[in-house]
Amino acid sequence: MLATALTAVLAATALSACGDSGSDPDTVRVQFKKSTDAKNKIFDREIEAVKKEFEEKFPGKKVELIPVQVPDEQYYTKVQQMLRSPKTAPDLVYEDTFLINSDIAAGLLTPLDDYLKDWKDWGQYIDTAKTAAQGQDGKTYGVPDGTDTRGLWYNKELFAEAGLPTDWQPKTWDDVLDAARTIKRELPGVIPLNVYTGKPAGEASSMQGFEMLLYGTGEDPLYDPGSKKWVAGSQGFTDALDFVHTVYNDGLGPDPQDALDPNVGTKVGTEWLPEGKLAIDLDGSWMSNNWLETGPKPWPEWTEVLGQAAMPTQNGQAPGRVSMSGGWAWSIPAKANNPDLAFEFMKVAQSRKNNTRLTIANGQIAVREDVAADPEYQAYVPGVEFFTGLVEDTHYRPALPVYPQVSTAIQEAMEQVTTGDASAEEAAKGYDEQLDSITDGEVVEK
Amino acid sequence: MLLFLAGPIAYCVWIAFTDLQLSGQAESSFVGLENFRTAFDDEGFVNAVWLTLVFTILSSIVGQNTLGLALASLMQRASKTVRTVTGAIVITAWVVPEVVAGFLLYAFFRREGTLNSVLDWLHLPGQNWLYTLPILAVSFANIWRGTAFSMLVYSAALSEIPKEITEAAEVDGAGGWRKLWHVTLPMIRRSIATNLMLNTLQTLSVFGLIWAMTRGGPGDRSQTLPLFMYEQAFKNNLLGYGTAVALLLLLVGALFSLVYMRMLRTEV
Repeated sequence: MLATALTAVLAATALSACGDSGSDPDTVRVQFKKSTDAKNKIFDREIEAVKKEFEEKFPGKKVELIPVQVPDEQYYTKVQQMLRSPKTAPDLVYEDTFLINSDIAAGLLTPLDDYLKDWKDWGQYIDTAKTAAQGQDGKTYGVPDGTDTRGLWYNKELFAEAGLPTDWQPKTWDDVLDAARTIKRELPGVIPLNVYTGKPAGEASSMQGFEMLLYGTGEDPLYDPGSKKWVAGSQGFTDALDFVHTVYNDGLGPDPQDALDPNVGTKVGTEWLPEGKLAIDLDGSWMSNNWLETGPKPWPEWTEVLGQAAMPTQNGQAPGRVSMSGGWAWSIPAKANNPDLAFEFMKVAQSRKNNTRLTIANGQIAVREDVAADPEYQAYVPGVEFFTGLVEDTHYRPALPVYPQVSTAIQEAMEQVTTGDASAEEAAKGYDEQLDSITDGEVVEK
Repeated sequence: MLLFLAGPIAYCVWIAFTDLQLSGQAESSFVGLENFRTAFDDEGFVNAVWLTLVFTILSSIVGQNTLGLALASLMQRASKTVRTVTGAIVITAWVVPEVVAGFLLYAFFRREGTLNSVLDWLHLPGQNWLYTLPILAVSFANIWRGTAFSMLVYSAALSEIPKEITEAAEVDGAGGWRKLWHVTLPMIRRSIATNLMLNTLQTLSVFGLIWAMTRGGPGDRSQTLPLFMYEQAFKNNLLGYGTAVALLLLLVGALFSLVYMRMLRTEV
């Protein structure tokens, strides 16, 4: 296994070294991730249409599409390798905003500020989304094409049975816990509240679980952009862990054994929610993909049964609600041969019309105001309006190069309070120690 | 050809001494023994070493090896039909891809799984094996998967023992155990050593099976060295550190091999 993994990395290096040179000034080379599901050609079709439109608009110019059909993690590695050499670097690259800061730190991308200031459409982008691909130097390195948001999904039928309002909108963490307690009292056998936790669920624990709590405790609770340091010893961190502790120790969450099952995410989407075994789920905007006709668990009634509520801030402090976001963005590599033409292509790809189509094709949440207002977009899946509304108050992760390690440390702290091995204070202390070693002491106490 | 084989290995050794990351870094630099020092100070690493030893000794040396020998000697005496059926079942377990086997055993051990249904039917208490005894569950899975190989090796070895020798031992009045200890085992010693070496090396690098069943969890209670290495290199992006851990794993394998080689040598 080890040998295979390392050989794969080496092979990737070797392969990327022998790609063809892309120095033709009339060709713009566009790299994107092709779905590993061979039947899923929606995105390919859309991007082909953009290519055609671009070539008609700029006679004599050509677009060379470079689809990369590999799973996500391999795509990241592949992009990294390609961006390193002018021979292989495309002119435009499609990347997960989660990794973009790593590539900025490695000097692989071009700042887009000079291009953006002359592009009137940039004004259509929602302010929070503009920061999705911002480097630590404050410059913008990518144009997001869509995003996702997170909130509370709740079962209206179970709420009615338990005597809770079916148009539920909690204002504080306590409101959420109170509703869960009511469910526990009135409907034994139903899991009141799911919050992803621990290492088995991976990034879902950090992002859908912990950070949805943490970012409701105050400004920049994980990373302080002012001092460019990670935050240690914050009260908010302990409070968020304490919330997780309460959920699992008071029996308001799934049994810890189920919560720490690596397949918990699948269970939530295909068993617990559709079978009415779970009352409240802190989860992502994409959940309804599970219940489409073509999804893993068709469930047409979900639109009647499930309601959505924003996750409140800790004590209801402004802006009253919280969400976390990810998503993908278009960037120009530092070693691109035709950066100007690449930006022209990006403009076509991100025009109102094309962005709407791409957002829908990708099952994403819009980041442009004009797209969010588009009737075709608003109708594409029920609940989209609610999750789009959250974009205004959403947060992007501090996706710096050490973030994956910080995320693992968060998952470990969560797991300790979930199993009851440690109190919130103890687990928070353990996190601080780990953070110190991960960042070489580059932390700020808050 | 030499370059093709040795090149990647040499490169691996080199990056184990650097702070190379998967991403987020303009260039990497040589850090000497830093990665190894980090490893020995790292609770996660020490934990992984222990679990790797437990997993290897339990599932490979004790489990696959002993069970393989037992099955092989039983099959020597069994009828042809029994031999064919048992052989088919055991070998199927071996042929199933690692990850698929991992999923099958996940389904077997999980709380709503087959094992607990059987226990329930027998009115015995069940439990979530993957949560309470993860390292035992994955060890069992590895035994289930790997016993076929030992069985094949031992079947071949046992059929090589000349009939006259066992018959002579019986004439001299040796019982079952004495015969096994004084006649059979010494005669197949070379096969035992070879089998142990191959089993151990294979078990040390088991990844997919554990990954599919527990992801190394809960916590890190089934995180053996390959899973720890994966987490460092590909989840935390610390390629240099992960490679250093891989080299240490290689060292553990080499130590086991040395012991077995000695066994082989004293035989002649």
